[in-house]
Amino acid sequence: MADLAVGDQIPELKVTPDKYLPHRYAGASGDFNPIHIDPEFAKAVGLPGNILHGLYGMAQVARAAQQAAGGDPRSLKRLSVQFRGMGFPEQEITVTGTVREERDGRLVIATEAAQGDNRIIRNAEAEIEPAG
Amino acid sequence: MAVDESQKGKTYAPFEYEIGREKIREYANAVGEFNPVHHDRKAAQAAGFRDVVAPPMFAVVFSTGSVAPAILDPEVGINFARMLHGSQEFEWGEPVCAGDTITTETTIEDLYERTGMEFFVFKSVSKNQNGDEVVRGTWTNIVRGG
Repeated sequence: MADLAVGDQIPELKVTPDKYLPHRYAGASGDFNPIHIDPEFAKAVGLPGNILHGLYGMAQVARAAQQAAGGDPRSLKRLSVQFRGMGFPEQEITVTGTVREERDGRLVIATEAAQGDNRIIRNAEAEIEPAG
Repeated sequence: MAVDESQKGKTYAPFEYEIGREKIREYANAVGEFNPVHHDRKAAQAAGFRDVVAPPMFAVVFSTGSVAPAILDPEVGINFARMLHGSQEFEWGEPVCAGDTITTETTIEDLYERTGMEFFVFKSVSKNQNGDEVVRGTWTNIVRGG
């Protein structure tokens, strides 16, 4: 945290959700929408296959911001995201971010998550502050 | 398509959720939060928490019971076949720990049409058993035109 300054990139976070991750996330979160867990259903409604929960992707952005702050969950104060591309299991997610400004003792990070060229979370903004 | 602007400001009954240690662990494992403070009571207490602490995004777990009835409200009139979760924001306050009881209230903050799409903005405010605010969420759902 102390090492981060305006203009710096935060450490990249990489994670590959396995084939059954959407099932575990559905159970953990309570969101059993079949577009996330049933490939046949997803195809029937015009999707290429079952897609990741957007809020799972947001949780990865949250994790990256928290890690940049040193790992304490209290350090993440605010996170806003836009869900854009669809995310898919068995493809690596990379979360990147840059410190945009320092405001009221907090660092504001512009961040996003992508699977290859497919930017699944865009225009995200995280505010972090060292745990007191 | 037309949004019913009279729904703006509508509030829903508070929803109470009891935070369980195993539920926090299950969620933390699903999203890859392996910091011991989310799994081990002693580690959490050593870090200054009352008990195992929820990862920030666990907010979706205890908020959904309050937000979902608002999104599903037939008077709001969302066409689910065309609905996308457009954006999401959380602002966190007090940490949420196992043993807490979290009460969440949801309000329709805004609904409007723009460029052929309908936007539905819900605001949830969650407080713990001491009345401390733990998180407020802004949930924006978009319905594509057609």
